[in-house]
Amino acid sequence: MSGFLQHTFNGLVGGAFYALLALGLAVIFGMLRVVNFAHGAFYMLGAFGAYVLLTEVGVPFWGALVIVPAALGLLGMALERAFIHRLTRLDPLYNFLFTFGLTLILQDLVRSRYGVQSSPYTTPAGLQGSVDFGLFTFPTYRVFVLGFAILACLGVWWLLTHTRIGMVVRAATERPELTRAFGIDVGRWVTPVFGFGIALAGAAGVLAAPMRAVNPLMGADLIIVVFAVVVIGGLGSIFGSVAAGFGIGLIQAWGEAYLSETAPILAQTLVFIVMAVVLLWRPAGLFGREEAPA
Amino acid sequence: MLRIENLSAAYGEAQVLRDVSLQVATGEVVTLVGRNGAGKSTLLRCVMGLHAGQRGTVELDGRDITRLPAHRRARLGLGWVPDDRGSYATLSVTENLTLPPAVGPQPWSLERVYEAFPALYARRDSAATMLSGGEQQMLALARVLRMGARLMLCDEPTEGLSPLLVQQVGEILRQAKQHGVTVLLVEQNLHFATGVADRHYLLAEGRVVEALDNSEVRSRERELLSYLGI
Repeated sequence: MSGFLQHTFNGLVGGAFYALLALGLAVIFGMLRVVNFAHGAFYMLGAFGAYVLLTEVGVPFWGALVIVPAALGLLGMALERAFIHRLTRLDPLYNFLFTFGLTLILQDLVRSRYGVQSSPYTTPAGLQGSVDFGLFTFPTYRVFVLGFAILACLGVWWLLTHTRIGMVVRAATERPELTRAFGIDVGRWVTPVFGFGIALAGAAGVLAAPMRAVNPLMGADLIIVVFAVVVIGGLGSIFGSVAAGFGIGLIQAWGEAYLSETAPILAQTLVFIVMAVVLLWRPAGLFGREEAPA
Repeated sequence: MLRIENLSAAYGEAQVLRDVSLQVATGEVVTLVGRNGAGKSTLLRCVMGLHAGQRGTVELDGRDITRLPAHRRARLGLGWVPDDRGSYATLSVTENLTLPPAVGPQPWSLERVYEAFPALYARRDSAATMLSGGEQQMLALARVLRMGARLMLCDEPTEGLSPLLVQQVGEILRQAKQHGVTVLLVEQNLHFATGVADRHYLLAEGRVVEALDNSEVRSRERELLSYLGI
């Protein structure tokens, strides 16, 4: 029983990263109709940002958790203005190629400076040790990561459902042209929303630094699963991406715990099997809506 | 108030409007009648700024708005009532009403809207697309009244509604007119059109072929109906 709870908790923590990344992808896709293939690279930059701030400037984890997402959000806004914005009017393939190319550039820039070896990042003071939950104990830092991700998801949900900005984003996501006809400059909101999605990826990267290997390819490994998460949840569905993020985290952790010895290949491909089944059953994803005819 | 000069528009190769010129004075209710495909909806979309690739001039109160994007036109007082009623599934009824900013000199308060439309008040927290077709049409009209729009652009607001609801739509438009709101209306229902409008433009194949007043429409109703294919 305690083993099962341990695996469940691990799954939720893994799912927290998927949820944060999928949430950013969903918000960006909803508003821009752009699938941001560079999302994993921004996650990687988040982790490296924390690493560089600590080792070269001496800024601790808490400072990095504020500075890095903000800086990456601004970088994202600049990239949206300079490139993505100009490509959205063309075939979606252009932004697919652009963000994919951007991923390769960012990865190689980091690799040329820091190599492919993983860099260590110590667990921040105050979050070391473990928490005793009675039936099992859990590293304090992981408890913090889970709490942070849940609060972040709730915060975004509240922002979307209870503020005027959220209402405008929902309206512009659902029917951009109609929303313009109601006096709302949809284009003005596109850049900040993109920046916000990137900042979430950056925050996930900072959170990952103390518990995962910081290396240039860490985002590329993760983003494949995140795309599966987004597809399962329903492309553009905020709730779906968060729910699927945690769900896939759990399935992965249970699969690794109970299947990796008897059926190692099944354990590794479980996520994609789930994706295939969901797509056969509901082509728009669990919480996605079929695109309304134009 | 609204002046359209030599307006032409196309969807790709297909020419939909050809050198359309017309005027609507402040406080007037004017309908565009014509067969399906005559270009009525496209004309409204051009006025709202939702149609890319148009030639000619659109003036509002003597100001050339041809190059203004849709959101700037809305802020000058244009109220859009789209043919599909424009309900947002992800927004509640209240949010649908408060999404557009107040733009005109006489925006309605939410309280006033709900007093005038008790059916909407009863469903205020529902997703707008859960409403009946008639309620959604009321919502679309109430939304532009709340904006305080000075010129309402209504694309077939009576389509698919029961006779009782058609009467209600007529009442709303007559009241709007009494408050000085100008209305440009796409309408197939001639009876309804003569009941609410002052003048009519007959469109065919993308051109204005005739300007008619109410008495002309009434006396030539048979001929016009057969022409419209109704």
